Amino acid sequence: MPIDKSMNVLIVDDYKTMLRIIRNLLKQIDFNNVDEAMDGTEALGKLRAGNFGLVISDWNMQPMTGLQLLQEVRADTRLKVMPFIMITAESKTENVVAAKQAGVSNYIVKPFNAETLRDKIEKVLAHA
Amino acid sequence: MPDIQTETSAPRSLDDRLAVIRSRYPELEPGMVVDVVRAVLGSMQGDLNGPQTSLLAEVEDLGRTIAAAKADIAALRVDDITGNHIPIATDELDAIVAHTATATDQILETCETLDEVGSRLRGKAKAQLQNATTRIYEACSFQDITGQRITKVVAALKTIEQKVGLLVHTFGKGQAGEPPLPLPTDADLMNGPQLPANAMDQSDIDRLMASFD
Repeated sequence: MPIDKSMNVLIVDDYKTMLRIIRNLLKQIDFNNVDEAMDGTEALGKLRAGNFGLVISDWNMQPMTGLQLLQEVRADTRLKVMPFIMITAESKTENVVAAKQAGVSNYIVKPFNAETLRDKIEKVLAHA
Repeated sequence: MPDIQTETSAPRSLDDRLAVIRSRYPELEPGMVVDVVRAVLGSMQGDLNGPQTSLLAEVEDLGRTIAAAKADIAALRVDDITGNHIPIATDELDAIVAHTATATDQILETCETLDEVGSRLRGKAKAQLQNATTRIYEACSFQDITGQRITKVVAALKTIEQKVGLLVHTFGKGQAGEPPLPLPTDADLMNGPQLPANAMDQSDIDRLMASFD
Protein backbone atom coordinates (compact mmCIF):
# COMPACT_ATOMS: atom_id res chain seq x y z
CA MET A 1 0.00 0.00 0.00
CA PRO A 2 1.49 3.37 -0.97
CA ILE A 3 2.39 5.73 1.84
CA ASP A 4 0.51 9.00 2.05
CA LYS A 5 3.36 11.49 2.24
CA SER A 6 1.00 14.42 2.50
CA MET A 7 0.13 13.44 6.07
CA ASN A 8 0.96 15.75 8.95
CA VAL A 9 4.06 14.68 10.86
CA LEU A 10 4.89 16.00 14.32
CA ILE A 11 8.56 16.02 15.31
CA VAL A 12 9.39 16.52 18.99
CA ASP A 13 12.81 17.46 20.33
CA ASP A 14 14.05 20.00 22.85
CA TYR A 15 17.02 20.73 20.62
CA LYS A 16 16.20 23.08 17.75
CA THR A 17 19.11 21.94 15.60
CA MET A 18 17.84 18.37 15.76
CA LEU A 19 14.33 19.49 14.77
CA ARG A 20 15.86 21.28 11.80
CA ILE A 21 17.86 18.23 10.75
CA ILE A 22 14.89 15.87 10.96
CA ARG A 23 12.64 18.34 9.17
CA ASN A 24 15.14 18.59 6.30
CA LEU A 25 15.60 14.84 6.10
CA LEU A 26 11.82 14.37 6.00
CA LYS A 27 11.59 16.98 3.28
CA GLN A 28 14.12 15.06 1.23
CA ILE A 29 11.86 12.00 1.34
CA ASP A 30 8.85 14.13 0.41
CA PHE A 31 7.23 14.61 3.81
CA ASN A 32 6.56 18.32 3.59
CA ASN A 33 3.82 18.80 6.17
CA VAL A 34 5.92 18.83 9.28
CA ASP A 35 5.16 20.54 12.58
CA GLU A 36 7.45 20.84 15.59
CA ALA A 37 7.22 20.72 19.39
CA MET A 38 9.96 21.32 21.93
CA ASP A 39 8.75 18.94 24.64
CA GLY A 40 6.11 16.34 25.45
CA THR A 41 3.60 18.75 26.89
CA GLU A 42 3.59 20.96 23.81
CA ALA A 43 3.48 17.90 21.58
CA LEU A 44 0.49 16.44 23.40
CA GLY A 45 -1.40 19.71 23.01
CA LYS A 46 -0.68 19.79 19.27
CA LEU A 47 -1.60 16.14 18.83
CA ARG A 48 -4.93 16.60 20.59
CA ALA A 49 -5.71 19.74 18.63
CA GLY A 50 -4.50 18.63 15.23
CA ASN A 51 -4.66 15.82 12.73
CA PHE A 52 -1.33 14.03 12.60
CA GLY A 53 -0.43 10.74 10.99
CA LEU A 54 2.97 10.20 12.58
CA VAL A 55 4.96 11.30 15.64
CA ILE A 56 8.75 11.27 15.71
CA SER A 57 9.96 12.10 19.19
CA ASP A 58 13.13 12.42 21.20
CA TRP A 59 13.16 10.81 24.65
CA ASN A 60 15.23 13.13 26.83
CA MET A 61 13.08 16.24 27.30
CA GLN A 62 11.64 18.24 30.19
CA PRO A 63 9.12 18.59 31.72
CA MET A 64 7.44 15.73 29.86
CA THR A 65 9.78 13.13 28.41
CA GLY A 66 9.30 11.29 25.16
CA LEU A 67 8.37 8.15 27.05
CA GLN A 68 5.72 10.00 29.05
CA LEU A 69 4.42 11.50 25.82
CA LEU A 70 4.19 8.02 24.34
CA GLN A 71 2.31 6.78 27.39
CA GLU A 72 -0.10 9.72 27.19
CA VAL A 73 -0.66 9.10 23.49
CA ARG A 74 -1.37 5.42 24.05
CA ALA A 75 -3.76 6.29 26.89
CA ASP A 76 -5.70 8.74 24.74
CA THR A 77 -8.70 7.17 23.04
CA ARG A 78 -8.33 9.24 19.90
CA LEU A 79 -4.53 9.02 19.63
CA LYS A 80 -3.80 5.51 20.89
CA VAL A 81 -3.11 4.00 17.44
CA MET A 82 -0.90 6.92 16.32
CA PRO A 83 2.36 5.67 14.74
CA PHE A 84 5.10 6.77 17.13
CA ILE A 85 8.83 6.59 16.43
CA MET A 86 11.33 7.32 19.19
CA ILE A 87 14.63 8.86 18.10
CA THR A 88 17.05 9.03 20.98
CA ALA A 89 20.63 8.70 22.20
CA GLU A 90 19.33 6.44 24.96
CA SER A 91 20.51 3.09 23.69
CA LYS A 92 20.42 0.89 26.79
CA THR A 93 18.41 -2.27 26.63
CA GLU A 94 16.14 -1.15 29.44
CA ASN A 95 15.26 1.99 27.47
CA VAL A 96 14.26 0.05 24.41
CA VAL A 97 12.29 -2.41 26.52
CA ALA A 98 10.48 0.38 28.36
CA ALA A 99 9.61 2.10 25.09
CA LYS A 100 8.35 -1.13 23.59
CA GLN A 101 6.25 -1.86 26.66
CA ALA A 102 4.80 1.63 26.40
CA GLY A 103 3.78 0.88 22.81
CA VAL A 104 6.43 2.54 20.64
CA SER A 105 6.08 1.76 16.94
CA ASN A 106 9.81 1.90 16.25
CA TYR A 107 13.03 3.07 17.84
CA ILE A 108 15.94 4.89 16.23
CA VAL A 109 19.16 5.50 18.09
CA LYS A 110 21.20 8.65 17.51
CA PRO A 111 23.27 9.25 15.55
CA PHE A 112 21.17 7.91 12.71
CA ASN A 113 21.23 8.23 8.95
CA ALA A 114 18.58 9.18 6.43
CA GLU A 115 18.22 5.63 5.20
CA THR A 116 17.38 4.38 8.70
CA LEU A 117 14.81 7.13 9.13
CA ARG A 118 13.20 6.37 5.79
CA ASP A 119 13.20 2.62 6.49
CA LYS A 120 11.57 2.95 9.93
CA ILE A 121 8.95 5.39 8.68
CA GLU A 122 7.99 3.09 5.84
CA LYS A 123 7.75 0.09 8.15
CA VAL A 124 5.69 1.93 10.74
CA LEU A 125 3.29 3.42 8.23
CA ALA A 126 2.92 0.12 6.41
CA HIS A 127 1.58 -1.41 9.62
CA ALA A 128 -0.59 1.56 10.56
CA MET B 1 69.52 6.83 86.49
CA PRO B 2 68.80 5.43 83.03
CA ASP B 3 66.16 7.08 80.91
CA ILE B 4 63.12 4.91 81.60
CA GLN B 5 60.94 6.88 79.16
CA THR B 6 63.32 6.08 76.30
CA GLU B 7 63.43 2.46 77.27
CA THR B 8 59.69 2.09 77.54
CA SER B 9 58.94 3.93 74.29
CA ALA B 10 61.24 1.68 72.24
CA PRO B 11 59.35 -0.55 69.82
CA ARG B 12 59.92 -3.77 71.75
CA SER B 13 57.65 -6.14 73.57
CA LEU B 14 56.87 -5.65 77.23
CA ASP B 15 58.80 -8.83 78.09
CA ASP B 16 61.90 -7.53 76.30
CA ARG B 17 61.73 -4.22 78.05
CA LEU B 18 61.27 -5.91 81.42
CA ALA B 19 64.30 -8.06 80.69
CA VAL B 20 66.40 -4.95 80.01
CA ILE B 21 65.29 -3.35 83.22
CA ARG B 22 65.94 -6.55 85.14
CA SER B 23 69.48 -6.71 83.78
CA ARG B 24 70.14 -3.16 84.91
CA TYR B 25 68.63 -3.64 88.33
CA PRO B 26 69.44 -7.27 89.23
CA GLU B 27 68.58 -6.60 92.86
CA LEU B 28 64.97 -6.00 91.93
CA GLU B 29 62.51 -8.82 92.10
CA PRO B 30 60.94 -9.37 88.65
CA GLY B 31 57.56 -9.44 90.25
CA MET B 32 58.10 -5.95 91.62
CA VAL B 33 58.89 -4.61 88.16
CA VAL B 34 55.80 -6.21 86.74
CA ASP B 35 53.73 -4.74 89.53
CA VAL B 36 55.16 -1.27 88.93
CA VAL B 37 54.56 -1.43 85.19
CA ARG B 38 51.02 -2.66 85.67
CA ALA B 39 50.37 0.06 88.19
CA VAL B 40 51.61 2.71 85.77
CA LEU B 41 49.53 1.34 82.87
CA GLY B 42 46.52 0.97 85.10
CA SER B 43 46.79 4.56 86.22
CA MET B 44 46.85 5.66 82.58
CA GLN B 45 43.93 3.81 81.03
CA GLY B 46 42.48 1.51 83.64
CA ASP B 47 43.20 -2.18 83.10
CA LEU B 48 44.93 -2.25 79.71
CA ASN B 49 45.71 -5.68 78.38
CA GLY B 50 47.79 -6.52 75.30
CA PRO B 51 45.05 -6.22 72.64
CA GLN B 52 43.84 -2.98 74.16
CA THR B 53 47.34 -1.54 74.01
CA SER B 54 47.56 -2.51 70.33
CA LEU B 55 44.18 -0.95 69.70
CA LEU B 56 45.31 2.24 71.42
CA ALA B 57 48.36 2.33 69.15
CA GLU B 58 46.15 1.83 66.11
CA VAL B 59 43.85 4.65 67.19
CA GLU B 60 46.85 6.91 67.70
CA ASP B 61 48.09 6.03 64.20
CA LEU B 62 44.67 6.76 62.79
CA GLY B 63 44.66 10.12 64.53
CA ARG B 64 48.02 10.99 63.02
CA THR B 65 46.80 9.93 59.56
CA ILE B 66 43.70 12.13 59.86
CA ALA B 67 45.82 15.06 61.03
CA ALA B 68 48.14 14.60 58.05
CA ALA B 69 45.16 14.41 55.67
CA LYS B 70 43.75 17.62 57.14
CA ALA B 71 47.07 19.34 56.60
CA ASP B 72 47.25 18.05 53.01
CA ILE B 73 43.70 19.19 52.22
CA ALA B 74 44.34 22.57 53.81
CA ALA B 75 47.36 22.96 51.54
CA LEU B 76 45.38 22.07 48.42
CA ARG B 77 43.89 25.53 47.89
CA VAL B 78 40.48 23.88 47.66
CA ASP B 79 38.88 27.28 47.20
CA ASP B 80 40.62 27.41 43.83
CA ILE B 81 38.99 24.12 42.84
CA THR B 82 35.44 25.11 43.77
CA GLY B 83 35.73 28.80 43.05
CA ASN B 84 37.93 28.80 40.00
CA HIS B 85 38.88 25.57 38.21
CA ILE B 86 35.50 23.86 38.06
CA PRO B 87 33.46 26.97 37.13
CA ILE B 88 35.99 27.75 34.38
CA ALA B 89 35.81 24.18 33.09
CA THR B 90 32.02 24.21 32.97
CA ASP B 91 32.01 27.63 31.26
CA GLU B 92 34.47 26.36 28.66
CA LEU B 93 32.30 23.32 27.99
CA ASP B 94 29.19 25.48 27.70
CA ALA B 95 31.08 27.66 25.22
CA ILE B 96 31.99 24.58 23.16
CA VAL B 97 28.31 23.65 22.93
CA ALA B 98 27.31 27.21 22.00
CA HIS B 99 30.01 27.61 19.35
CA THR B 100 29.41 24.25 17.72
CA ALA B 101 25.66 24.93 17.73
CA THR B 102 26.24 28.21 15.92
CA ALA B 103 28.51 26.51 13.39
CA THR B 104 26.02 23.70 12.88
CA ASP B 105 23.21 26.16 12.26
CA GLN B 106 25.32 27.90 9.62
CA ILE B 107 26.05 24.57 7.96
CA LEU B 108 22.36 23.66 7.99
CA GLU B 109 21.40 27.02 6.54
CA THR B 110 23.87 26.51 3.71
CA CYS B 111 22.55 23.03 3.14
CA GLU B 112 19.00 24.30 2.92
CA THR B 113 20.13 26.75 0.25
CA LEU B 114 21.76 23.91 -1.66
CA ASP B 115 18.56 21.87 -1.36
CA GLU B 116 16.57 24.78 -2.75
CA VAL B 117 18.96 25.09 -5.67
CA GLY B 118 18.85 21.32 -6.13
CA SER B 119 15.07 21.35 -6.35
CA ARG B 120 15.41 23.37 -9.56
CA LEU B 121 17.77 20.84 -11.09
CA ARG B 122 16.85 17.66 -12.93
CA GLY B 123 18.24 14.16 -13.25
CA LYS B 124 21.60 13.00 -11.97
CA ALA B 125 22.78 16.41 -10.78
CA LYS B 126 19.71 16.78 -8.59
CA ALA B 127 20.21 13.35 -7.06
CA GLN B 128 23.90 13.97 -6.47
CA LEU B 129 23.29 17.27 -4.76
CA GLN B 130 20.54 15.84 -2.58
CA ASN B 131 22.72 12.89 -1.65
CA ALA B 132 25.46 15.28 -0.60
CA THR B 133 23.17 17.42 1.54
CA THR B 134 21.69 14.31 3.13
CA ARG B 135 25.17 13.26 4.26
CA ILE B 136 25.70 16.73 5.72
CA TYR B 137 22.40 16.63 7.62
CA GLU B 138 23.34 13.24 9.03
CA ALA B 139 26.75 14.47 10.08
CA CYS B 140 25.28 17.52 11.76
CA SER B 141 23.45 15.35 14.26
CA PHE B 142 26.84 15.01 15.98
CA GLN B 143 26.01 18.32 17.62
CA ASP B 144 23.14 16.81 19.54
CA ILE B 145 25.23 13.87 20.71
CA THR B 146 28.22 15.96 21.77
CA GLY B 147 25.90 18.38 23.52
CA GLN B 148 24.42 15.54 25.57
CA ARG B 149 27.85 14.15 26.36
CA ILE B 150 29.14 17.52 27.49
CA THR B 151 26.06 17.98 29.64
CA LYS B 152 26.98 14.73 31.38
CA VAL B 153 30.56 15.93 31.90
CA VAL B 154 29.29 19.20 33.37
CA ALA B 155 27.05 17.24 35.74
CA ALA B 156 30.05 15.13 36.79
CA LEU B 157 32.11 18.26 37.42
CA LYS B 158 29.35 19.73 39.55
CA THR B 159 29.24 16.52 41.58
CA ILE B 160 33.00 16.76 42.13
CA GLU B 161 32.56 20.39 43.15
CA GLN B 162 29.97 19.36 45.75
CA LYS B 163 32.21 16.59 47.10
CA VAL B 164 35.17 18.93 47.37
CA GLY B 165 32.95 21.45 49.10
CA LEU B 166 31.94 18.75 51.59
CA LEU B 167 35.60 17.94 52.24
CA VAL B 168 36.34 21.60 52.83
CA HIS B 169 33.39 21.85 55.20
CA THR B 170 34.51 18.73 57.08
CA PHE B 171 38.20 19.48 57.35
CA GLY B 172 38.17 23.26 57.39
CA LYS B 173 39.55 25.80 55.01
CA GLY B 174 43.17 26.39 54.17
CA GLN B 175 45.25 28.09 56.78
CA ALA B 176 45.79 31.82 56.66
CA GLY B 177 49.12 33.09 55.56
CA GLU B 178 49.60 30.78 52.59
CA PRO B 179 52.51 31.83 50.39
CA PRO B 180 51.60 34.16 47.51
CA LEU B 181 51.28 32.68 44.04
CA PRO B 182 54.43 32.94 41.95
CA LEU B 183 54.52 35.23 38.93
CA PRO B 184 53.01 33.58 35.84
CA THR B 185 55.43 31.72 33.62
CA ASP B 186 55.31 31.64 29.83
CA ALA B 187 53.34 28.41 29.98
CA ASP B 188 50.87 29.99 32.41
CA LEU B 189 50.12 32.68 29.84
CA MET B 190 49.08 30.24 27.11
CA ASN B 191 45.37 29.93 27.90
CA GLY B 192 43.88 29.55 24.44
CA PRO B 193 40.75 31.37 23.32
CA GLN B 194 38.81 33.19 26.00
CA LEU B 195 35.13 32.94 26.69
CA PRO B 196 33.22 35.72 24.90
CA ALA B 197 32.29 37.44 28.17
CA ASN B 198 35.95 37.66 29.20
CA ALA B 199 37.51 38.30 25.82
CA MET B 200 38.82 41.60 24.56
CA ASP B 201 37.99 42.51 20.99
CA GLN B 202 40.51 44.10 18.61
CA SER B 203 39.55 47.63 19.59
CA ASP B 204 40.26 46.78 23.26
CA ILE B 205 43.62 45.37 22.26
CA ASP B 206 44.39 48.49 20.21
CA ARG B 207 43.52 50.76 23.13
CA LEU B 208 45.65 48.69 25.49
CA MET B 209 48.62 48.79 23.10
CA ALA B 210 48.20 52.53 22.68
CA SER B 211 48.24 52.99 26.46
CA PHE B 212 51.88 51.83 26.54
CA ASP B 213 53.02 54.53 24.15
